[in-house]
Amino acid sequence: MTAFDPATAALDTVVEAGEGFLGPIPAGGTFRIVDLHGNQAVDTLFYDAADVDNRYSAFDTVREQGAVYLTTGSRLLSTRLDVLATITDDTCGRHDTLGGACAQESNVVRYGTHTRHQNACRETFLRYGAAAGIDARRLGHNINFFMNVPVTAAGGLTFVDGVSAPGKHVQVRAERDLLVLISNCPQVNNPCNGWNPTPVRLLGWWPV
Amino acid sequence: MSDVLVSHDIPAGAAWSVLVRAGRELRLTALGPGANCSTLLFTAGHPVDRLNVPDTLKAQMSATIRPPMVLMSDRGLALCSVTGSSLPWHDALCGHSADARRGLLSELRKHGRDVADIHGCVNFFAKVATSDDAAGTLAYQPNHASADDWVALRTEIDVLAVLSTAPHPLDPRQEAQPVRAEVWAAEPAGPDDPSRTFRVESERALLLSKEVFA
Ligand SMILES: [Zn+2]
Repeated sequence: MTAFDPATAALDTVVEAGEGFLGPIPAGGTFRIVDLHGNQAVDTLFYDAADVDNRYSAFDTVREQGAVYLTTGSRLLSTRLDVLATITDDTCGRHDTLGGACAQESNVVRYGTHTRHQNACRETFLRYGAAAGIDARRLGHNINFFMNVPVTAAGGLTFVDGVSAPGKHVQVRAERDLLVLISNCPQVNNPCNGWNPTPVRLLGWWPV
Repeated sequence: MSDVLVSHDIPAGAAWSVLVRAGRELRLTALGPGANCSTLLFTAGHPVDRLNVPDTLKAQMSATIRPPMVLMSDRGLALCSVTGSSLPWHDALCGHSADARRGLLSELRKHGRDVADIHGCVNFFAKVATSDDAAGTLAYQPNHASADDWVALRTEIDVLAVLSTAPHPLDPRQEAQPVRAEVWAAEPAGPDDPSRTFRVESERALLLSKEVFA
């Protein structure tokens, strides 16, 4: 039996595509996201549970680790440079933290007016975050777990098919009491997920 | 180009902010080698709407800020068009330094804003490329900017610009340089404007700016 047996998990839930999740991860706890069907974009934000203004910062994280992709060993930093969490296991290989979340308005910019009223991640973040006081001012730029957004040395940026596959997972250890806010992306307009958003499973291990 | 409306030399390692009406040009000029200008942008008068670096980059398929890209907000609005620059690359991946944060916060508070309003900035005059290795390793390019290098932004809506001249956080020298900020009356953009014809996404953001403040 491994240390992380789903049968002993304190948290075990499935988030449907287009739905969200807000929940606590206590310091020292381990939190896993399982890409059940592969190539799903799991838009994820972490907040210091004691102060939601101390929130995950994509650019501070990128700069301090000296690299743009996240994987095992990446420390996820806050806007105050506190380590919120560390990626401790990653069977996918790399994850994006530059691409941000989809939104109803940015869908119009990227795909056209007909997408204006489609379900989008930014709105899901706001809907689920409201209970913790996470409003639009407190929405930083998220991690896109399982998403592949290559950046080139020449300054190009593209979205390509994901590098994930069914059953791949990523796992973080909370370095302080955290809130995790997830939008399981409903995007149907780009090829990263094969135009087919799918559910993910969330697992957590900590004393209850 | 007509007369300059405002000219302010931001000292080395200082911060400044300015409200710029739609249709102006905000021109930044490096006054020393290795200058950096960490810049936050907001829709003036809106409690929340602000520069969204990820949306700006992914909509225009670029990991750097350069002409004729438009700088987009959380609500998909074109805040500014980068109408020209003596440099082909301005960093938007690395965020600001702790020194810049102090200055930016000091200016933000004058506008009723606070830590929650700090967002991913553009570091004008700085270049940090990525490597094509598996990790996407960052490489800061020393001496990217020389004195007199410049960048010009045409405001597409009323904008609050908050600027810090603290060094880029990855600059090993950490020698702050002053930056001149000028506001000019700009020529109206025509249908063949490079920012409008650059990409269909850029044009849509410009059109949204017109609609939102109709
Ligand atoms: Zn999304």
